[in-house]
Amino acid sequence: MAKEKIIKLDGLTKKYGQLTAVDQLTLSIQRGEIFGLLGPNGAGKTTTILMLLGLSEPTSGKAEVCGVDPTFQPLLVKEKVGYLPDEVGFYENLSGLDNLLYTAALNGVDSSVAEERAKLLLEQVDLTSRAYDKVQTYSRGMKQRLGLADILIKEPEVIVLDEPTSGIDPEGVRELLALIKQLSQERNMTVLLSSHHLYQVQQICDRVGLFVEGKLIAVGPIKELGYNLFKSDPIRLEVEVEPIDEQLISAIEANQYVTRVDYSQKRLLISCQQHIGAEIAGIITKHGARLTHLSQHDYGLDEIYHRYFEEGR
Amino acid sequence: MTAVFKKLNTAFGRIFSDQQKTISYRSQHPFWVIVQKEVMDHINSWRFVILLLLMLLTAVASLYTAMSSLQSAITEDTSTPFVFLKLFTATDGTLPPFITFISLLGPIIGIALGFDAVNSERNRGTLSRLLAQPIPRDYIINAKLVASLLVVTIMVATLGMLMMGLGILLTGIPPMPEEFWRVFFFLLVSIVYIGVWLNLAIMFSVKFKQSATSALSSLAVWLFFSMFFSMIINVIVVATIPAHIAGTDQIIGYQSFVQNLLRISPSQLFSEATTTLLVPTVRTLGPITVEQAYGAIAGPLPLGQSLLLVWSQLTCLLAVAFIIFGLSYVMFMKQEVRSRS
Repeated sequence: MAKEKIIKLDGLTKKYGQLTAVDQLTLSIQRGEIFGLLGPNGAGKTTTILMLLGLSEPTSGKAEVCGVDPTFQPLLVKEKVGYLPDEVGFYENLSGLDNLLYTAALNGVDSSVAEERAKLLLEQVDLTSRAYDKVQTYSRGMKQRLGLADILIKEPEVIVLDEPTSGIDPEGVRELLALIKQLSQERNMTVLLSSHHLYQVQQICDRVGLFVEGKLIAVGPIKELGYNLFKSDPIRLEVEVEPIDEQLISAIEANQYVTRVDYSQKRLLISCQQHIGAEIAGIITKHGARLTHLSQHDYGLDEIYHRYFEEGR
Repeated sequence: MTAVFKKLNTAFGRIFSDQQKTISYRSQHPFWVIVQKEVMDHINSWRFVILLLLMLLTAVASLYTAMSSLQSAITEDTSTPFVFLKLFTATDGTLPPFITFISLLGPIIGIALGFDAVNSERNRGTLSRLLAQPIPRDYIINAKLVASLLVVTIMVATLGMLMMGLGILLTGIPPMPEEFWRVFFFLLVSIVYIGVWLNLAIMFSVKFKQSATSALSSLAVWLFFSMFFSMIINVIVVATIPAHIAGTDQIIGYQSFVQNLLRISPSQLFSEATTTLLVPTVRTLGPITVEQAYGAIAGPLPLGQSLLLVWSQLTCLLAVAFIIFGLSYVMFMKQEVRSRS
């Protein structure tokens, strides 16, 4: 089965005067996929999302969502795409249920269907007991869950979440992400989420795209990304030594397989082409320093991100 | 027994708590859904209660001042049969009459209902959520205007009816049909006048991110026109007054020049329009020579003629409202939507 591409971006560019917020973005996302847009603040994630929804016009390039160009037919796109903005807000003086019913009414959902659907969704996001309470009494995490229910009430094909985990405690984040994953599987929904929290995204995304200063510098499953990026120095050793001085570092750097050495808080991070733990230990003991810890380090998204971010600069 | 108790309990629960209640929207059309929600918001807000109380006070105060001077007003001026209209214009000097109250209160009502129309949505983070729904963007600002105008209409109509009703009760004089229509048109002009200020406030609410800033700037414009504008006109008058005692034409020309300057202020247009409508003996708004007045039969103008006299004022007020709304519409449509910034 050839997978259907539900979001297609082709050379999408957005300029604000001199500043290029999004630069020649080409990307496609398949139906049912959970895609993470990763990048630091101001990398152009939100701008990209706004262009996807037709809320902002691209300077050049083309976007296609569910087979529709959002720049020219934003209403059709908005019927099929649910968008949860960064720091979503609700009408605080209305109850959670009423907020959902308002959205339903704006989407032309018949009022008899709407109430049933809203209650079902509130149950799914675990807000049934607070359905009739005013939103001003809700916590941040509850509002975010209500936001999720809010975008699902129009039964979208795609949901776009802008920084869905910002400002929520770790447990809340875990629950929210699990909920997103579960909902996307149940409804075969495509999810596009943006974040700068790497580990959170790592947990649920099928693929991620790394965004730095308007450019998409890498796309793919997280493992692949790491492999491609660190081809030249696939092994990383974490070493704890006392004392650390310049001579020791330069002695390690002198080894032919070592590509770089990073120093932070009594630890050395050594990137190398081969597993040379024994040699490193030898160098350290020869130098008269005390080795307390040596381990091989896996590349997490953190490193990938950091590496890319450095290169992007 | 327990079953009965339970039933009673739920029944009372329904009556006494507003839980389990949801809003149902009467219209399927998204535009009217927004309008309904906005009207609901206005009516449930404290500011609506405050404005209503203000209006109630106005009605009572102006009726009081009218009642205490009605006797002398009727005996002094026998030229007009329109006694009922005097309720709206007569004053004993201690308190301003109803029309002055409205020209004072109107801007406040307009500004109060409009100053946070758009920027409050932005600050609450609901604007971007609203814009992500499949509705044209202009529905939002149009619906907000329509909703606020509806609320204004309800307020003004209530106030007008209250005045008439209390007036009938207190004086025992029923209004003649023509008087009724004059009051009707007066209320209509008032709605348009309040609409001007409402639009101005909405424009500032689009322009400024902070509700406080938009409220202040609307109030500043209002203060400018109600206080400083006439001072500035005075300065201009003193500076440009013809040096020599000139011919009649020149004096009349100068007079109408000053009057047109004054008419830049919406409140001047409003007071000219309403005075003409509520005081049928007003025959002209500009200078009039003895020759022109000579041979004219003293008496009130018919309603049609009064309306004709203030047609340009009414058109101007409407035009100002439309222009300001047009500006805010364009600004709103072009604005970049980011959540809360």
